[in-house]
This record gives sequence, structure tokens and C-alpha cells, in this order.
Amino acid sequence: MMLRIFVPRDAAAVAVGADEVAAALAAAAKSAGAQVQIVRNGSRGMLWLEPLVEIEREGTRFGFGPVTTDDVPSLVEAGIFEGRPVADIRHPLSIGVVDEHPYMTRQTRLTFARCGITDPISLDDYRAHDGYKGLERALAMKPIEIVDEVSKSGLRGRGGAGFPTGIKWKTVHDTPMGQQKYIVCNADEGDSGTFADRMIMEGDPFLLVEGMTIAGIAVGATRGYIYLRSEYPHAGKALNAAIAAARKAGFLGPKIAGSDHAFELEVRMGAGAYVCGEETSLLDSLEGKRGLVRAKPPLPAHKGLFGQPTVINNVLSLCAVPYILAQGAKAYADYGMGRSRGTMPIQLAGNLKFGGLFETAFGITLGDLVDGIGGGTLSGRPVKAVQIGGPLGAYFPRALFDTPFDYEAFAARDGLIGHAGIVVFDDTANMAKQARFAFDFCAIESCGKCTPCRIGSIRGREMMDKVMAGEDTAGSLAIIEDLCNTMKFGSLCALGGFTPYPVMSALTHFPEDFGRPAGKLAEAAE
Amino acid sequence: MSRFEPWSEERTVEIVTGHSALEGPLMPILHAVQHAFGFVPEEAIPVIARELNLSRAEVHGVVSFYHDFRHELPGKHVLKLCRAEACQSMGCERLVERAEDRLGVACGDTTADGQVTLEAVYCLGLCASGPSAMLDGRVVGRLDSNRLDQLLKETRT
Repeated sequence: MMLRIFVPRDAAAVAVGADEVAAALAAAAKSAGAQVQIVRNGSRGMLWLEPLVEIEREGTRFGFGPVTTDDVPSLVEAGIFEGRPVADIRHPLSIGVVDEHPYMTRQTRLTFARCGITDPISLDDYRAHDGYKGLERALAMKPIEIVDEVSKSGLRGRGGAGFPTGIKWKTVHDTPMGQQKYIVCNADEGDSGTFADRMIMEGDPFLLVEGMTIAGIAVGATRGYIYLRSEYPHAGKALNAAIAAARKAGFLGPKIAGSDHAFELEVRMGAGAYVCGEETSLLDSLEGKRGLVRAKPPLPAHKGLFGQPTVINNVLSLCAVPYILAQGAKAYADYGMGRSRGTMPIQLAGNLKFGGLFETAFGITLGDLVDGIGGGTLSGRPVKAVQIGGPLGAYFPRALFDTPFDYEAFAARDGLIGHAGIVVFDDTANMAKQARFAFDFCAIESCGKCTPCRIGSIRGREMMDKVMAGEDTAGSLAIIEDLCNTMKFGSLCALGGFTPYPVMSALTHFPEDFGRPAGKLAEAAE
Repeated sequence: MSRFEPWSEERTVEIVTGHSALEGPLMPILHAVQHAFGFVPEEAIPVIARELNLSRAEVHGVVSFYHDFRHELPGKHVLKLCRAEACQSMGCERLVERAEDRLGVACGDTTADGQVTLEAVYCLGLCASGPSAMLDGRVVGRLDSNRLDQLLKETRT
């Protein structure tokens, strides 16, 4: 009998030697004359264990990690190539049954249900694991019923803004038929601390293809584009392989699964501009222009790509759709809290012992995530600050660790969930430096269209240089607060508009790093 | 010996023509031009503009907007070090300093012998495996000074 061994192809596994481990295992199997098939799966998301090698016995998977090429001989000696019961296989890197690992059992994996389990570019594998069930149900529904299903699920844009996905779809659905409409997937995941889009595109690319196809049928769009950042070459390969396989099997093309619906899909590469993650800038970039932010209205739903009605959604929003269609809106909406329904694939990153992807229903507290799931810092030093939601997200101190993961709860504390990336810093971090970086990053990445962002970021950086040099601290900080106010309310998009979040949160919660006494600002903030 | 073709107008026209079926073809064309020549040569801009019926200013504007498009040939190797927040929390700035020191160039520059271009990148999506880097398209995580030195050694070959 052919034994299957799994070695992830995810970039985070490859970055720590998965390709070399897979090659060493293949070579060892060959020299042992063992009948072994090495499957390059997606990542399970337990990134501190990568490369996580899994073996399968009677449908159950057992893991070993992190494995290096040096560990391969001892794994072979322990018997991974032999059919004997896994209880007899003893190895120091064993983590036991992967699905029973506490990191996995504490999650609710709806979007990432297949990620790490299947061979990402095998359509057969996708279908054998409930793939295309959502499309099947969608094809039996009227387009407006599909839109209603998404609305009822309570799904909100996972890119960061949290705008209800169903409303976007409804708006495009209601534009006159007979004109070209588009589905655009925003896969320009530029926020530091986020990698969920990358993981799902590499680990389950058919899911995105299916989600976009359903969106196309729902709103009457026949063309779709995935705008992928150029820093993600592995995701590009996986998506193109999935698109080719879907097309070959009739899941893309003029007659989707034999129906009268047509849908075509293409991956387009970005070129290293962070601002192109902003939806209107992304559309300009797709059109072959400078990625300048557009003023709204008109909304992309009315005048989007090439001036046509366009649904533009984040990867995770579109990847939630197949589950919602297959299982029904209620099944999805039953998870979550308040107006934040369903699950969120949270990314635990930075200086953290157990970093990785953790999909869970909304409502879990920040403290649970950082200390409970993440295990505290990798450096072993105390946590000083946590930045949530990427470079435009706020820095929270321990004092705010009781904040539940919920759009409104974070907003109430002057923070944002964003794309749900959490970056942990230990006590060696200097928050003034982080605030300066926020301005600096905004200055580098500003598209230049609006003045608050273009000029404000540079002035802010200059003022931070003064603060850090101890020159006129009080005066410089007053200007920074004023600048932040202008940027927040005067910028055209979230780049200039949200840069004040990391700056002001750092200043509010860590005044001592800015040469301000701790008590004084707390009063001022009241 | 360069791994790239020398610039030629015919080749540029061929690339543009090869993308003529696409909607909004300029970005894919620029990627293809850079893939062929290693950078987007100044001479290519009027050719692309002519073929697409755009102004030179429009094409130049696009080329100069995006960080990825190069204006000159890169070194034989390209080492990108991530300097975004998640990698900062793991001490990437010390590694950047070390790389700049060892190579004798600042981020964004190419060594005098043309061996290596050192670049900053803002996030490779390896945020739980930082600090991270990319050497000639190969991703590397859990970077420390030893692993960085190994990468720097590879750039000498």
C-alpha cells in the first residue's frame, strides 16, 4: 500500500526548509525502496512547527515538527516509511495526532477547513473535501437569492473596513444587465503581520476561484481579476494552477458546470505599491495606471474597473462565500458576536512563541490570543505592545488585553481589527521609533494625490525626529497631534486617514517613550 | 554574462503585441519587459507608449510609481530584507545594518562589483517566521546573523 507523507508547500514552510526536507524524504524513501507518495499540502497554520511533516495511518494524520533535513534519517529509523501502527513510532519531534493538537481543537475552521489537509492544486482533492458544494447550490438559486444569502450571513469585508459584503453585491446586482460587470479580488495583502490571504491562496486556491465564480453568478459579472501582490510568487503559481484546472474541468469558461453562466478569471501582479491595497487605487493599477486613489463617489459598485460596475472584495471575504452558500447563511451567522458575524482567520505574528493562523469566531479577547494561544513572546521578555490590523492599526498595551475581537469593540478603543493581523513586541521596543516608522511608511507609500497624506506624513516624520532628539518635545508633539487630526479627517483614503492610529496610540499608551511623563497625557486624553 | 537580454526595440514591440488581447495591459507588459531586460530601459518607454497609443508621460508615470520597476540593471543577486513591523519586532533592523555593513552599500543600492543588490521589502507575508528575506526569489525565514551570513556568502558566487 502506498503511504502518504505530507510536507507543506506554503511559503512559510518553504522559507524554513520544507523543499529540502521533501527532497530528503523522497531520496530516503527511494533508497529504502519504500512505496511513498509525498504530498505537498498547504500549511496547517502552526507556523512554529514548520516544516511540519505528517504521516497518515488509516485516515488519521500524525505530525512531526519542526523537521530539518538532519532529522530525516531518525524519522526513517523510527519507521515513518513502514505501515506499522503509529503508536510504535517514537520520535522527539512527534506532536501526535495533528487534529487533536490544542492549537487546532481551539479553532473553528470554516474558511480554512481544507487548508493543510488537501493537495492545494488537485481539483479531485478539492471536490472530495466538499469543494464546489457552494457553487452547486448557487447554480440552483436565482442570482438575487445568492445575494440575499450573503447578506443574511452578516459577512463583512475582511480586508479591514468591515463593510457588509452583501450590500456591495446587491448594488452591483441592481445595476442594469447587458453591460460588462467585474469581480475583482483584492489580494494585495500588504499589511505587515497578515498572511491569511497568502496562506489560503497557496493552501486552497480553488476556494477563492469558487467564491469569485459564485460572486460572478450572483451579480451578473462574467470576468474576474485577482490583483495579487508581487511579493507572493508562490500564491501566484498556486492560483494559476487552480484556474487552469478549473477551466479544464468546466468550472470556469462559457458554461460554468454546464449551466448558462459564464465566468473567466485572471491573476494580475501588482508591483510593490502598498497603496494599491486600497480598492480604488487597485482598480487604477489594474487598468494600467499609476495606483492613485479615486475620490468616492462614484462607488466601484457603480463605476469600478474600466468604469463598469464592479464587486471588489478581499480574499477572505470571497473565501467565506462557498461555506455560506453550501451550509446556509444561518450556519455562518451563528458564529460571532454583535454585528461581527462568522469567523475571522486571525494571524498571530511578530515576537510570539506560537505564531500562526488561528481561525475563530469573533469575541475572543486580545489577551487570550496573545498569552493563551500565542504563548507570549518568543524572546521570553514581557509583552510591551501589540499592533493589530497592520501598519495602520493601533498599538495596544497590556491594559487593553480584555478587548474582545469585534469590529465595534476595537473601534470603541481607538483601534481597528483591519485584516486581523496581530504583531507582538516585547519590552525592547521603542514606541517613539514605531510612531516615526508609521509616518515614514506613509511617506514612502503615499500615492501623493491628497495633501494631508503626502505632506502630513513627511512633516510628521520630521517632528518625530525632533521628539527623538529631545528638541522642543512638547511643541513637536502638539504639532504631531494636530497633523494626525488633519490626516485622519482630511485624507482621501485609509493610508493617510489611519496612519494616525499607530502614531496616536503609541503616544497615548506609551508617553514615556516620547519623553512625556506618563500621567500627564492620560489626563489630556480624557 | 548577464542573465537578461540586451534591450531591443523589436523585442519590446513583440512583448507589447503579445499582450494585446488583455484588458489594461500596461502592468503585465512592464513586468514582461523587466523580466526580459532586467529593468525597464528608458528607451522602452516611447516604444511602449507608441504601441499602446499612450503618451510617454503616462507610461513614465506608471513605471516610476511602482517600487518594483527598476531603472537600471540589478546586481547578479537580489537580496531583499523585510523591514516591516512583524520583522522589526524580531530585530530585523540589526540584520539590515549587518548586511549594509558587510556589503558596503545601503538598502536600494548595488555593490560596486555588480554582485548583489540589497533591497528593503515591506512584508513577505512570513510574519510569524521573521525576520524574513528573499534571495533571488527564494524565501527565507527565521533569519539570524548566521543565516544572513550564509545568504551573503551565496551572493558572492
